[in-house]
Amino acid sequence: MADVTITVDGKKITAPAGSLLIEVCKSAGIEIPAFCYYPGLSLQAACRMCVVRQEKVPKLQTACTTQIAEGQVFFTDTPEVIQARKATLQMLLGNHPLDCPVCDAGGECELQDMTFKYGAADSFYAEPKNHREEQKWSPVVYFDRPRCILCYRCVRTCSEGMDVFALAVENRGSSSTIVPNVPAKLTPDNLAHLDCEQCGMCIDVCPVGALTSGTYRYKTRPWEMNHVATVCTHCGDGCKTTLGVRSTADGSEIVRGDNRDKSGINSDFLCNKGRYAFDFANSSERITQPLVRQPNGELKAVSWEEALTCVGKKFAELRDTRGGKTIGVIGGNRLTNEEAYLLQKFARSVLHTNNIDHHRTADYVAFAQSLAGTTGRAASLRETLTAPAVLLVGGDPTNQSPATAWNLRSNVRLNGARLYIANTAEIKLRRQASAFLQVAEYGYGALAAFLAGDDSAANIAAPDSAALASFRDAIRSEESLLVLIGNDLRGAELKRLIDFGLTIPGTKFALLADYANSRGAADMGLLPDMLPGYTPIGPIDTQDPSSRIALEYRSPTTPGLDLLEIFEAAETGNLSAFYVVGSNPIARYAVDPATLKNTFVVVQEMFLTETAAIADVVLPAANLYEKSGSVTNSYGDLQQVKKAGDRAGVRSDFETIVRIADKMGADVRKLVPFGPVSNAGGTRADMGQTRGAQSGEADRHAVWLTANNLEPRLSPFDPSAILDEIQRLVPGYEILRLQLLSGNDQHLSPAAAPIRDNAGLVQISNRRDLVLPAGDTLFTSGSLGRYSAILNDLRQFRPRQSLIQIDVQTASD
Amino acid sequence: MSTIANSIFSPELAARFDKLVTLYPVKRSALVPMLLYAQDEVGYVSEAVIQEVAQRLDLFDLDVRSVLSYYSMLRTKPAGKYNVQVCTNISCMLRGGYEILDHCKKKLGIENKQTTPDGQFSLEEVECIGDCCSAPAMQVNYEFHDELTPDKVDEILDQYAAGKILDSTQKDGK
Ligand code: SF4
Ligand code: SF4
Ligand code: SF4
Ligand code: FES
Ligand code: FES
Repeated sequence: MADVTITVDGKKITAPAGSLLIEVCKSAGIEIPAFCYYPGLSLQAACRMCVVRQEKVPKLQTACTTQIAEGQVFFTDTPEVIQARKATLQMLLGNHPLDCPVCDAGGECELQDMTFKYGAADSFYAEPKNHREEQKWSPVVYFDRPRCILCYRCVRTCSEGMDVFALAVENRGSSSTIVPNVPAKLTPDNLAHLDCEQCGMCIDVCPVGALTSGTYRYKTRPWEMNHVATVCTHCGDGCKTTLGVRSTADGSEIVRGDNRDKSGINSDFLCNKGRYAFDFANSSERITQPLVRQPNGELKAVSWEEALTCVGKKFAELRDTRGGKTIGVIGGNRLTNEEAYLLQKFARSVLHTNNIDHHRTADYVAFAQSLAGTTGRAASLRETLTAPAVLLVGGDPTNQSPATAWNLRSNVRLNGARLYIANTAEIKLRRQASAFLQVAEYGYGALAAFLAGDDSAANIAAPDSAALASFRDAIRSEESLLVLIGNDLRGAELKRLIDFGLTIPGTKFALLADYANSRGAADMGLLPDMLPGYTPIGPIDTQDPSSRIALEYRSPTTPGLDLLEIFEAAETGNLSAFYVVGSNPIARYAVDPATLKNTFVVVQEMFLTETAAIADVVLPAANLYEKSGSVTNSYGDLQQVKKAGDRAGVRSDFETIVRIADKMGADVRKLVPFGPVSNAGGTRADMGQTRGAQSGEADRHAVWLTANNLEPRLSPFDPSAILDEIQRLVPGYEILRLQLLSGNDQHLSPAAAPIRDNAGLVQISNRRDLVLPAGDTLFTSGSLGRYSAILNDLRQFRPRQSLIQIDVQTASD
Repeated sequence: MSTIANSIFSPELAARFDKLVTLYPVKRSALVPMLLYAQDEVGYVSEAVIQEVAQRLDLFDLDVRSVLSYYSMLRTKPAGKYNVQVCTNISCMLRGGYEILDHCKKKLGIENKQTTPDGQFSLEEVECIGDCCSAPAMQVNYEFHDELTPDKVDEILDQYAAGKILDSTQKDGK
């Protein structure tokens, strides 16, 4: 709309006609207080806190609903306005318990802030306050009715934002109250409950302490925690989250997961896992001492020194006697990029094996190869919030990538985006779709072919051929398209869909995987046939730039064994050692532990998982909330991971890998090119260049490094030394360091080398399909979920069987 | 979704509801009338009523409860066979409405919003029922009684107790 000029407190402001006054003022630096207004939600005008005086208008106006027009004149700070706001506060405080000293919101409560700002008025209410007991609506959502100021933010965020509709208002006037969707009389315990996705968004938006979370309530105060901005460890969306951390006797404990600054790729959102399921880190089941199997078969706690010496000696011996070819390595989906990179480099250059893999939850190799030679075709998670048209094929974001689902719902609601969904199941997001196509079982490949114009594929693709045809017409009429692909599609099917999409000019793609760094694991080359950056393993050609990595590593030039082949090798007695870092393949692939009875098994883990339980040496590992580095989400958004929690006895996988290499007698300086001079091209010691205006004396430098959770001394355990190498060697990882270090996300496109003809390389069509989707739901998280007490509670919480609105079956593991 | 299998309502009312939902641009507009008619037939808005009404209007049960709890004339517990509603709003109050209410309490032996043990009578204090010119007034089910005195109330209630006055819903042939 055309720009208009208005005057606020004597200041001229220009903004598009029809913009909301409250937003216009905000961007001009004029703060208008608001309780019920919340950006992105429908307007409520319930609280009257935002009133302003408008010239020539008899009554005070609510800034949250006033749309601006040319020439209007407003006053936001006159004694009259201030008095009106004070009166509003007075009324809100009429029955407010004023239990700020114990309330969770104390210190970050909007009502408290406003009362401080406008001053407490005398209360005219002489009646005793109307007390109500707090209610436990679910393991994570508690309601303290007297604290509620009836702003309806929770009701709106649950219905409009979450599309769950679990909250509403009952009664009228001063007896109005927020209620959950399962009334007391319908529950076995005679208490009202919530049957919902348990995301905690209602708690997040509540301006006061009326809604509080089961994991945080009455635990601490906001100013008693350190707040660390990092990345959620649970799903492939990689939400930015702020962890509240407190010191304990044996490290530091995470007490809260929160979306505090809302600056991340997830905008307003965090799901229940990001918000509550950090508690696995505090679990008493954590392994905190290295364990080594004794001749009598028992695992015995030993010192780190002893365990590392044992691993180093044995690995070196087996490599030298039986060859690197007999060693298998499995990496995890929740390692940092630096760790994943280091692990494969260690495998290839120290263990001399290409037998390295990870539990693949999406086919990123096919994805990268299908996009080879294109630019700007990979989408960021941010684009799910802005793309005018989105095609979602396969997947179930509501359960598997909740932030993606939130963004898509917001995009449809706020921008009128058109969402096209093709799925074999009636996924919940279809409620936002402009068109939903029911795909036949195993029909995704045929669907891709049909979309590309092969009409003969129609009857395999979908049961309803008319719907199929109109679906294709609708998609083809879009000028630009964001194609989101679930992990049900892989290999040739995936390529066919991408090839079709590439024919529409503005199309961008994303492939949704299951874990925090599934994409990073593939990008960093935890693959038997690919070096980092999807660089195929093959004969080294000193003239070819894609041989650079292999040249530096001096690693074997033939592809290694994949995950299943490694187990086959074990079965035939050809696996001398098996090294697992942050993965649980024994449970995930249902491997018979007996297969590995003659193999030396080393596992780095947090818990005694099925895999750790059969190991000869278990090395206690830190998790993603306890280390620094970077991760790449499903979309290729790279973000910084910062150390929040700490646990005595555990070490980051990064450090452990380096120490094992050291014990094997490897040149650690070659593995991790730390220090000012290095034979592998050198790390650039950060002596100020990334700090911009902060550059100064050396001691400030150390302070700055510490504040950013970097090693103050450049040591072999400094992941940034490996990040330097990633930046230097891995195609697609041309990183902006400052962007990363300031906590911002940056989008990277996979940069696979175009497939060379006749090179005898493995092509998409003849590559083995090793993708095994995790099938996680909102209340599961791979092998990690079961160590989170709160996820277990939520999984078992059934307010009333018949009402369950979402699918919460237990994950396969 | 205009026909519901195993409706809890009488065939007549079910048919009426089938029609009702078609009369409004959006279905949920039929919510308040539906709840009223359902209450007349069932006696109160039961859990089963909430669920069927929600189903008929494509709403969540929660939406129905939200609206239901807003209106004091919709009740979620059974009332007596004769629901005595005594007005104590301005006109009636000035002309002795509270006296009438107190008299009813004494006579029936129950308090406001209670039902007699035999289920015959229930008592409710209400706002203006639109009979101000003949205040004080009360309403028994859908029947008006006005210019009340304690004696007149006794007479009326006795007649109900003896089954001599039929209210309009019963006259409709239920
Ligand atoms: S936790 Fe989420 S889904 Fe549940 S009531 Fe709150 S906003 Fe709604
Ligand atoms: S519970 Fe919180 S968000 Fe919901 S209406 Fe009350 S104050 Fe507002
Ligand atoms: S959507 Fe995914 S990344 Fe975001 S909070 Fe939930 S589990 Fe974590
Ligand atoms: S913010 Fe404007 S009325 Fe509440
Ligand atoms: S005041 Fe009693 S009927 Fe109007």
